[in-house]
Amino acid sequence: MILDGKCPSGPIETSWDRARFENKLVNPSNKRKYKILCVGTGLAGGAAAASLGELGYSVHAFCYQDSARRAHSIAAQGGINAAKNYPNDGDSIYRLFYDTVKGGDFRAREADVWRLAQVSNNIIDQCVAQGVPFARDYAGYLDNRSFGGAQVSRTFYARGQTGQQLLLGAYSALSRQIKAGTVKLFPRREMLDLVVVDGEAKGITVRNLCNGEIESHWGDAVIIASGGYVNVFYLSTNAMGCSVTAQWRAAKKGAYFANPCFTQIHPTCIPQHGEHQSKLTLMSESLRNDGRCWVPKKAENCEKPAGEIAEDDRDYYLERKYPSFGNLAPRDIASRAAKEQCDDERGVGPGKRGVYLDFEDSINRLGEGTIAGRYGNLFEMYEKITDENGYKQPMRIYPAPHYAMGGLWVDYNCMSNIPGLFVLGEANFSVHGANRLGASALMQGLADGYFVIPYTIAGYLAQTKPGAVTTDAPEFKESAESVKGEMDKLLSINGTKSPSALHRKLGSLMWENVGMARSEESLKDALAKIPAIRDEFWSDLKVVGSGEVFNNQLEQAWRLADFLEFAEVLCHDALNREESCGGHFRTEHQTDDGEAMRDDENFCYAAAWEFKGAGNTPELHKEPLKFENVKLAVRSYK
Amino acid sequence: MKLTLHVWRQNGPDEEGRLETYDAPAVSPDQSFLEMLDDINEVLVTEGKDTIAFDHDCREGICGMCSQVIDGVPHGGMDRTTVCQLHMRVFNDGDEVFIEPWKAKAFPIVKDLVVDRGALDTIIQAGGYTSCHTGGVADGNALPIGNPTAEYAMDAAECIGCGACVASCPNSSAMLFTGAKVAQLAVLPQGEVEAKRRVNMMLEAGKELGLGNCTNHYECQASCPKGVDVKFIAKLNREYIKALL
Repeated sequence: MILDGKCPSGPIETSWDRARFENKLVNPSNKRKYKILCVGTGLAGGAAAASLGELGYSVHAFCYQDSARRAHSIAAQGGINAAKNYPNDGDSIYRLFYDTVKGGDFRAREADVWRLAQVSNNIIDQCVAQGVPFARDYAGYLDNRSFGGAQVSRTFYARGQTGQQLLLGAYSALSRQIKAGTVKLFPRREMLDLVVVDGEAKGITVRNLCNGEIESHWGDAVIIASGGYVNVFYLSTNAMGCSVTAQWRAAKKGAYFANPCFTQIHPTCIPQHGEHQSKLTLMSESLRNDGRCWVPKKAENCEKPAGEIAEDDRDYYLERKYPSFGNLAPRDIASRAAKEQCDDERGVGPGKRGVYLDFEDSINRLGEGTIAGRYGNLFEMYEKITDENGYKQPMRIYPAPHYAMGGLWVDYNCMSNIPGLFVLGEANFSVHGANRLGASALMQGLADGYFVIPYTIAGYLAQTKPGAVTTDAPEFKESAESVKGEMDKLLSINGTKSPSALHRKLGSLMWENVGMARSEESLKDALAKIPAIRDEFWSDLKVVGSGEVFNNQLEQAWRLADFLEFAEVLCHDALNREESCGGHFRTEHQTDDGEAMRDDENFCYAAAWEFKGAGNTPELHKEPLKFENVKLAVRSYK
Repeated sequence: MKLTLHVWRQNGPDEEGRLETYDAPAVSPDQSFLEMLDDINEVLVTEGKDTIAFDHDCREGICGMCSQVIDGVPHGGMDRTTVCQLHMRVFNDGDEVFIEPWKAKAFPIVKDLVVDRGALDTIIQAGGYTSCHTGGVADGNALPIGNPTAEYAMDAAECIGCGACVASCPNSSAMLFTGAKVAQLAVLPQGEVEAKRRVNMMLEAGKELGLGNCTNHYECQASCPKGVDVKFIAKLNREYIKALL
């Protein structure tokens, strides 16, 4: 099937303005009659729930954490982009739009990206009004810094904790609505099913993680803003609770999953140190503003302390390969370059899976105090984890899974192919294409939540009768029973393997075969091995404890069950996409010097997969992507 | 290294709790404290025993989810460090380690080391925001905010809402938590407008939740993983007095 993204036609500069005007409205006095369910309280979900509550809708918000302030948006360090052009360095909405389309390697939808760039400026204003303490200069004006993939300074930041501060802003707006009674919060709930009635999304089934109760909730529309799925690799920079579950439960009810193979491997993470590690820690990409990446030119120097390697014996590989962007090359390119150096046996540190990020030149130029002022908390974190002082010796970094550009397929209105199901933020697929630029995730989450969904959801609600379907519908009972049945099944396998042992097994297979480089051979190998791990899961899993109390093990097992089905779809997508673009690198498709080779003739589309049951090949639906404003071109940062 | 752990186990909010002893025979100094507990739980799974429940999520010291009292000190007593960032290299071979949940009347136990910190959300809901509506706000640069003021607000905004301040306070006071939010918003022009109402509402909420008042023990600052300064409690008191006048 050919999918229609329902993008507005005509000049892109006025596309969002026209779409807003053409969208239907809901009468102010009718808004409170509509109930909207919102799953996830990160930047996208929190901002959406707060803004919809402000408009007068009745909103029920759900999160798996104990508070709406803890979603993993909080961990974003570096910043948020906006086209304010405060530094007078040539930025504009058009340039932010252009950079994002190009940065995504021409696999995003132009109209969605335009809208994102257009509302980016409103986001900054909104956050300032909420009391977000952005960095400011001595005259009192907002400060900017530069980030990978851009040649202007458009990134706003709050020390190394921008995500935290923006999330606390959204959380405070949400808290205000909770107090006002427009939003009701349900913390410690995991969404385990989407309830579809007569083809439309009308509710969810959740588990109360404290007492194990399975609850049914009805809504006139459902929003999923549950983040991304890179914990499919087990070790990633995501929080331990991040999962594909909410998205996958919707996919199992017919929602298409778009471009799952577009996963972002972030170049600046602390390298893995041991077998029992539970996660990888990201160091903000902003470090590359002042740090220089290098490895020894000769493999025999790799064991030496960095200080004993002469300047001439160092290979500043990013500066060498990409002279115009240098250390600020986009993430996919910087990650692959780091991997290349290590594959060439010139990596450093334990296992030789690491490269140096060196601040010596910047410290000599600016002084340690300035560097500490910019990144002090990152140096502190690095020292806590590695016991090494980044001011005295170069940091060691290595790429790690970080972000999912792919997600549930949505049209221009952020609505999936199931009417009434809206998907926001990292959980949808629309704006980052095959690679996300730094400081764009925060921008997208808040754009979707504050400025997109309040307009687009009205178009759907205006044509539905409020409260027409409630939990009295038989579909709710069926859903709750099937969820209970699954829980009993998980608890009764009584095998020998813990959920984390099996997750580690899936993760290492995915990282080796479907990580930074993929080939037909590695993908077919993964597709052959995943069903075996899934069988092992359903026959030899051990979940201790009961379903009626707080049970970490059960939560983890349930999330893994979904990863074990989803992983296959990810592999099918990667196998189908016979080109290299952005974070998706097929070793068969590269130039002589190892650069990605895109195939616009055959793959200039979003691949939306319809799940056909575990072990079956999913069905591919295509949405052709048109580039009418930014010309399709080879993406070069040289 | 080898450690002996004494861990608080409690099946539910209304059940009796007790300390149980576990051996940690092969702890790596590069592991985090939570990874060490993961290993203990892996062993419990193979033995078919109920695992130790604890809250955790980001494991990089920012989400505020992890919450354990280690040897009597919330987050384990390493300066400016959450439990998830506490690494085992600070322990010695043969150490006995006591692990307990946050202890405060306002934080009922859910299971083992997991507590309900909804009280902190209730305090924020009482007034920890500016009442601005989405859209229709001024340009971000319309009101200049001097760098020292922005930095002061950011120092206060470092709070991760973990609740260690309440857990460490002999009065179970949340005044550092409350003060940090009151101070952040009071010094910014966007928040100043509602400063009086805010401080009253937030303090009132804390009182109703059974949280105590500050009597200058400074345990909160000592246990705060983000180093939030007690000067924000002084600021809270000043804002409260200003609101009375």
